[in-house]
Amino acid sequence: MFSYTIRRLTALIPVLLGMTFIVFMMIRAIPGNPAQIILGQQATKKAMAALTKELGLDRPWPTQFWEYLSGIFTGDLGVSLKSRVPISEEIWPYLAATIELSLVAMLIAIVIGVNAGIISAWFQNSWFDYVAMVVALIGVSMPIFWLGLMEQYIVAIQWDLLPTTGRDNIRDPVEAVTNFYLIDSLLNNRFDQFIEVIRHLILPGIALGTIPMAIIARMTRSSMLEVMRSDYIRTARAKGMKMFWVVYKHSLKNALIPVVTVIGLQTGLLLGGAILTETIFGWPGIGTYIYEAISYRDYPVIQSGILVVAAIFVLINLVVDLLYAAIDPRIKYK
Amino acid sequence: MAELAHSTPPAVPPIAEEQAVSPWKEAWKSFRKNKLAIVGLSIVLFFILIALFADFIAPYEFADQKLADKHLPPSSEHLFGTDQFGRDILSRVIYGARISLGVGFISVAGSVIVGSFLGIIAGYYGKWVDTIISRFFDILLAFPSILLAIAVVAVLGPSLRNALIAIAIINVPTFGRLLRSRVLTVKEEEYITAAKAIGMTDSRILIHHILPNSLAPIIVQGTLAIATAIIEAAALGFLGMGAQPPAPEWGKMLADSREFILDAPWTVLFPGLAIMLTVLGFNLMGDGLRDALDPRMKN
Repeated sequence: MFSYTIRRLTALIPVLLGMTFIVFMMIRAIPGNPAQIILGQQATKKAMAALTKELGLDRPWPTQFWEYLSGIFTGDLGVSLKSRVPISEEIWPYLAATIELSLVAMLIAIVIGVNAGIISAWFQNSWFDYVAMVVALIGVSMPIFWLGLMEQYIVAIQWDLLPTTGRDNIRDPVEAVTNFYLIDSLLNNRFDQFIEVIRHLILPGIALGTIPMAIIARMTRSSMLEVMRSDYIRTARAKGMKMFWVVYKHSLKNALIPVVTVIGLQTGLLLGGAILTETIFGWPGIGTYIYEAISYRDYPVIQSGILVVAAIFVLINLVVDLLYAAIDPRIKYK
Repeated sequence: MAELAHSTPPAVPPIAEEQAVSPWKEAWKSFRKNKLAIVGLSIVLFFILIALFADFIAPYEFADQKLADKHLPPSSEHLFGTDQFGRDILSRVIYGARISLGVGFISVAGSVIVGSFLGIIAGYYGKWVDTIISRFFDILLAFPSILLAIAVVAVLGPSLRNALIAIAIINVPTFGRLLRSRVLTVKEEEYITAAKAIGMTDSRILIHHILPNSLAPIIVQGTLAIATAIIEAAALGFLGMGAQPPAPEWGKMLADSREFILDAPWTVLFPGLAIMLTVLGFNLMGDGLRDALDPRMKN
């Protein structure tokens, strides 16, 4: 296990380097003069020269890449062209907002998805099974942004049950400590704000969680069906064990292994979906950060934002692989 | 002894008959039995027909503005209502099928061609060629796909064509890896050794033996990839990074109508339904194809 971990970590180095290189090349791949594109048609020669110098575009690109890379190692993600603040200083609140939303979405997806899958497998071919699997099929094909809009229209506007946008009540904002508002509101002893934060999380959480929920439900179902046909389950039932325990204790343990992989893969994909969800629900996360940077042509922010998200994505996938090996002792790595 | 010999059943002829059926016919037979797959196929065919005959089916031009008729609710004259410029939404959804299916098919075709090419080279030649190409795939796969698409469009500039290129790029590693692993298994088969022994060239072996052997998984993966491509094109359109006005792209229609959702919810309802149905169709069809074509999935 230890040597496997080390090997996976070393294999990560070329991938991370390659990713950084692609992101680095982004600004240099812009057709034409990047400074002109960023500043617009009316830019003066002087301003363009200054920006070219600031972005380091006037030097040979191996030097540029080396500087970019060593900058990243020392935590320097560049400076935002719009706010003039170092990106490493302003990115955290956005990142925390995205992580909080993604975790909640994943929690919704796992709790509902796994249980729906279990019940579907338990009562295979029942009406619940059919309904759940049809809903799951539709869920997989659902464009997140459309689901989000529909949620807003029906739940927030028509029924007026939940807020449409944002993370908290703008008239009574949460005082940021860790930037995870669920934690911050409790740290500030504001239980009313805690409830308010949850209310803001529900709709975007469901929108973001629907696709993984559907995939987890389908995976759990097929995996459970396979396990429940095995001999030891028949033995457990033959000795008179209650079906509930057979399902939730004996079957689930073994059925969960492929499910864990799916959960891991989906957690990574959530990051992509978060960008779309955030633009709909005005969620001040990393997706919004990148999206706004695109309209300002704030390339350093676009670059670093993408790099940070991609790095997290890679790390999550690594953790999933390691977890997979840890959960299933039958898996042996050479 | 004589009795024993007599009791042996004459089982040979029926088996031979069954073996004579081509694998594609057999796959179609099992596909046909799968109800969900047929539903998927019907949905896909329905949208293909709509896209092909949009000029004849659509009651209005997709860009026809009539400000006096703006935000009309669905009625017999405008089945899906009208948008903020008085354009007929049904017509726009119908023409939109052209864009979405077009992007789906063309981008996936591009990914299949480039991905297969790279994957075959990597698998067949191995060694450092394989290492370089495989690392390249790893790096592309290390990005969440929509993020990579956004990055590509951020560089090339927002347009439908660039969105299509971006979507094609993000699907390249999927097909590359598939073909590579396919080549690696097929390469070891005896008939490839035989082909080499009789002096067949590499390119002939690749085209005559390895490619046909990889067709089934490409078809399955391709169908599912079209579904994702359509969603991604709509997502890029929604973010304003894909099709530009007045193109009736479904994602762009959603983005343009969302601010009017309170007064005219139908402007948001129908383009979204269209995306969902098309994607559902390709997903169902892809699942069915996988069950029919992939022997490992057969129970």
